[in-house]
Amino acid sequence: MNSFYTQPSAFEPDFVPDANLSDRVAETKVLVIGAGGLGCEILKNLVLSGFEQIHVIDMDTIDVTNLNRQSLFRDADVGKPKAQVAAEFVNTRVSKNVITAHYNRIQDKDEEFYRQFEIVVCGLDSLDARRWVSAMFVNMVDESDPSSLKPIIDGGTEGFKGQVRVILPTLNACHECASSMHSKKVTYPICTIANTPRLPEHCIEWASVVQWPKVHEGLKLDADNIEHMQWVYSTALKRADEHGISGITLSLAQGVVKNIIPAIASTNAIISASCVNEALKIVTGCHPYLNNYMLYVGDSSVYSHTFELEKKEDCLVCGNAKVTIEVSKTITLEELIEEIKINNSLQLKKPSLRTDKNLYMQAPPFLEVKSRPNLKKQLYELFESNSTLTVTDPSLMTSVSLTVTFTD
Amino acid sequence: MLKVWKMKKQQASDEKTKPRNSAAKIRIQKDISELDLPSSISITFPNEEDLLKFEVVIKPDEGYYKNGSFHFRFSISENYPHDPPKVQCTQTIYHPNIDLEGKVCLNILREDWKPVLNLNSVLIGLQFLFLEPNPDDPLNKEAASELRSNLQSFKRKVTRSMGGEYMDNVYYTKVTV
Ligand SMILES: [Zn+2]
Repeated sequence: MNSFYTQPSAFEPDFVPDANLSDRVAETKVLVIGAGGLGCEILKNLVLSGFEQIHVIDMDTIDVTNLNRQSLFRDADVGKPKAQVAAEFVNTRVSKNVITAHYNRIQDKDEEFYRQFEIVVCGLDSLDARRWVSAMFVNMVDESDPSSLKPIIDGGTEGFKGQVRVILPTLNACHECASSMHSKKVTYPICTIANTPRLPEHCIEWASVVQWPKVHEGLKLDADNIEHMQWVYSTALKRADEHGISGITLSLAQGVVKNIIPAIASTNAIISASCVNEALKIVTGCHPYLNNYMLYVGDSSVYSHTFELEKKEDCLVCGNAKVTIEVSKTITLEELIEEIKINNSLQLKKPSLRTDKNLYMQAPPFLEVKSRPNLKKQLYELFESNSTLTVTDPSLMTSVSLTVTFTD
Repeated sequence: MLKVWKMKKQQASDEKTKPRNSAAKIRIQKDISELDLPSSISITFPNEEDLLKFEVVIKPDEGYYKNGSFHFRFSISENYPHDPPKVQCTQTIYHPNIDLEGKVCLNILREDWKPVLNLNSVLIGLQFLFLEPNPDDPLNKEAASELRSNLQSFKRKVTRSMGGEYMDNVYYTKVTV
């Protein structure tokens, strides 16, 4: 690797060759989210590229069906946590403790945990998890501290297709900005599920959506719980038999409940390798990194395309306009509302204001009546100086973050 | 890394940042504060500071279900508006598109939901189910076939069930006021 760090780059004129960069790579604290098909490959490649401060988080345990493409697991590991087995395998292989495992849900860790890393590489199979990660890291950015921005390299595959994204939270398009591009979760009309199933998927949906809450009142169906999935499988199978439908399997049931498209080892390898190269380039600066979306399409011959996904100005997570207003703490909420209506950068018509509580809601009548007394209150009675209010208005696509600073 | 941080520094001076509230909460604040509903639909909050949970009452002013007062519990997930609102009828009612457990068959609550739709469109759609029950999308098959084959008998059964009584071994909630 060193030859890349000690020579000038033809494509990155600002790059200053530096023999110490390999130490810099070894010291960089990187978080890998997901230790499945992508995660195993990502971990291996990170270590082979010189990273030595790696943490991996994954809530899954190893299933027999994982062994064909998740290269760090063996038969004897079935049932054990993926993160731990992957970390142990690599640490043993290189005789050094380079990976720390976290057998957790990503949501179980707080901002404090995520703040310790410099860069994140994601190998996830669920949109919801990706959305959560992206929102967490956007929210973590402190405008006065550039190092609070942690680049996320997000890899994903679906069969022969895959993509790599470089997300620089608040700087370029976040996960939410791109939400219109994501293939929608397939849902079936509930009436079809209830009355006229034709596909094995209909029977699985019937078992998981209709029958599960009926039989297991109050218990949430967990697609990672093998007993839960056995129940869904056998219930769906019975239903399928009654309607002369074939093709129900346990892994199909898991796929439908989790909404997963089967993964292929080689696509995982291509996408993971590309993710790690981007991580290396971002950390060292030795060559320009991906800006910001690489699409790999392997199902119609082979085709790859790189483009810049634009940040959405009205994105609910990262794109909201922020406005600061300075007023006396003794003005009333009503006066503040008049003030923001005539404010040139806002030009609102019927603003509704909230902190984590309702300040004033224009509708429905129930909330309007309850929040109306606040209009006559002075601001200091309602919130502290430098509070951030979420303002919505029919004339805004989404919302404005309004920071109110008291002048007295 | 240095390059990324340099870009961030540059941008920080441009004064564009993000809000502190979650995307779901911002979006539901917008949806709720811009509700424009007919007097036949009302919405209340068990805890007014929590906009993610609320109750809706529909009082149809015409149609088979006139004079009834139908109660629904809504819950909005942290994935809103990617996921539709969850809607449950809290009464046992006789309706082709609502089963006896309160599940509702409305296309925009499931397969036809799109994030550009909002709470207002869901509430209007829900009210429409009472004005025009749809026998082609049944959840309560018996009620649907009654509506299709014997309108007079369907109307009678609706009226009886709304008064709160046993019909075919099911006790229907009294929904008339
Ligand atoms: Zn965004």
